[in-house]
Amino acid sequence: MSSIPEIKEELVFDRPKVLADVPSHYCPGCQHGVIHRMVAECLEEFGLVEKTIAVSSIGCSVFLYNYILVDTVEAPHGRAPAVATGVKRARTDAFVFAYQGDGDLASIGLAEIMHAANRGERISVVFVNNTVYGMTGGQMAPTTMIGQKTTTCPAGRCAEREGGPMRMAELIASLDGVAYSARVAVNSIKNMAQAKRALRRTFETQIKGEGFGFVEFLATCPTNWRVSPVAANERVAKEMIPGFPLGVYKDAAKED
Amino acid sequence: MSAKRVFIKGNEAIGQGALAAGCRCYFGYPITPQNDIPEMLSSAMPAAGGQFVQAESEVAAANMLLGAAACGVRAMTTSSSPGVSLMQEAISYMAGSELPGVIVNMNRGGPGLGDIGPSQGDYFQSVKGGGHGDYRTLTLAPATCQECYDLTFTAFELAYKYRNPVLILGDAIVGQMKEPVTPREPLPIDPAEGGDWKLTGRGERAPRLLKSLFLEDGALAGQNRLLQKKYEAMRAEVLYEDFETAAADLVVVAYGSIGRIAKTAVRALRDAGLKIGLLRPITLYPFPEEALRALAAAGKRFLTIEHNLGQMVDDVRLAVRGLADSDFYGVFPGNLPTPDEFVEPIRAAAKGA
Ligand SMILES: Cc1ncc(C[n+]2csc(CCOP(=O)(O)OP(=O)(O)O)c2C)c(N)n1
Ligand code: SF4
Ligand SMILES: [Mg+2]
Repeated sequence: MSSIPEIKEELVFDRPKVLADVPSHYCPGCQHGVIHRMVAECLEEFGLVEKTIAVSSIGCSVFLYNYILVDTVEAPHGRAPAVATGVKRARTDAFVFAYQGDGDLASIGLAEIMHAANRGERISVVFVNNTVYGMTGGQMAPTTMIGQKTTTCPAGRCAEREGGPMRMAELIASLDGVAYSARVAVNSIKNMAQAKRALRRTFETQIKGEGFGFVEFLATCPTNWRVSPVAANERVAKEMIPGFPLGVYKDAAKED
Repeated sequence: MSAKRVFIKGNEAIGQGALAAGCRCYFGYPITPQNDIPEMLSSAMPAAGGQFVQAESEVAAANMLLGAAACGVRAMTTSSSPGVSLMQEAISYMAGSELPGVIVNMNRGGPGLGDIGPSQGDYFQSVKGGGHGDYRTLTLAPATCQECYDLTFTAFELAYKYRNPVLILGDAIVGQMKEPVTPREPLPIDPAEGGDWKLTGRGERAPRLLKSLFLEDGALAGQNRLLQKKYEAMRAEVLYEDFETAAADLVVVAYGSIGRIAKTAVRALRDAGLKIGLLRPITLYPFPEEALRALAAAGKRFLTIEHNLGQMVDDVRLAVRGLADSDFYGVFPGNLPTPDEFVEPIRAAAKGA
């Protein structure tokens, strides 16, 4: 009988503690969950969990508070940047972030995001662009790409009739109050590493009081795109990134 | 010891009252006839260590109010009719999420762009909820500059007592006129206010959540039950002015500036020997229905006078139902009422029956 070697366990991967250990309501292949996790990691890495107030918006991510266990207030559709402004003005020492979808931010809430950014509110906005209204069943969004079929543009979005997709990271970057604006994707390991760096920098602009921080995540919605999770991820690289170029559009730290 | 009397507009009385009542966040968007308030607070609020934001719209202003309210900081927005229409979604969310805040409406003529003169056309919007869903906002109606000041204190007190939005419903008359006002000692900021619900960052405690979405089985019904109980409890806050109703045959019911103008007419007719009194609701929600019902039970008749085409009169009739009815005299928004204008309708109602 040979002796059994002693087994040493080493934990090499764990979930951030601020991320709830619960089943997710997101569809298979939906990237809201990946982005939630990245937000949770950054909150912990910067030691922000205790002083964070989150503003959730209306869309599939309205249940943000079921996953990220921080103080949270729910904003009406599109109004998260205004609600976050009120929160930050009332509690200047808190870390305040809003999490918004593309219908929420780029359509009904366009005035609120542009003006919060332009005022240079010391808040951070995590923007998830999946080119459709996910929660309500995949209707056309301001970010829907030319030719993309949705339930309200079944023949594909037509530039002449419906205009083109709005590129928010670029628009936000054009405003004086903005300290940081970037677009990232989470479709590959390489892009995820870049996304994490951008999210950290977005949070850092608030921590350092530099100004408004904005990061746009390109994300999948396999359910409403009516494709498999794998095909959805492939679409990010093939169609979305060419139309929504990744990159840092403004960084106050790199300007003189 | 209270401070020296000051001679100020109703609008300024609201701004000064808010500061003294501990308001430390103000959000607003320009609209006549309430611009004095943001103009004075743009410097007075920062000087008091608070925050002033000129919002991009009334939609944004009301949502900033929601955000500050979620943090348990005394906060206010002010506007006039078209702007208050834009705030209704946020007010509904505040009621649903049980958030305290003060919203001032210096009512102007409508519908649509209307005019910039006084009106009471927003009565229904103010007392019946205004936005979507089954909710109510406490509604206070000042008739004098002193009441503008004092009721702003009351508004913050009630907002926090009930965790509910509170409206101050004035008009272009009370907002624009100047009167002596006796200010109060400023209230100290109470850091413990809202201690068991407000958002501060979770620290060592469990995270808090302020929301109006209730999807689980039975959850929304439960929330609505809770809200209805709260509205029931608010009945204890009824305020009204009773002017000589005891010996009157006819009771004139009128609120705000119109209540004050009607009182002048009532006084003149009493001097001429008519048995008339006046009941001026100061809280429009809760409505002084018990007081009115008691008067109806005592055999009085009623005339409701409003600066609109008949809104509060519905609530008067509901209050006295089965016992009495109410006549109505309405001044069209767009016209300016005078005491003389009310004399004949009151005389006619006093003769009637
Ligand atoms: C005032 C208002 N209008 C419409 C809706 C319905 N609605 C709920 S979510 C949503 C769109 C969400 O899309 P998006 O912001 O892109 O988020 P996603 O679900 O795609 O993550 C809409 C239109 C609403 N809740 N409120
Ligand atoms: S509908 Fe789209 S955005 Fe919503 S959870 Fe499903 S995949 Fe995600
Ligand atoms: Mg979307």
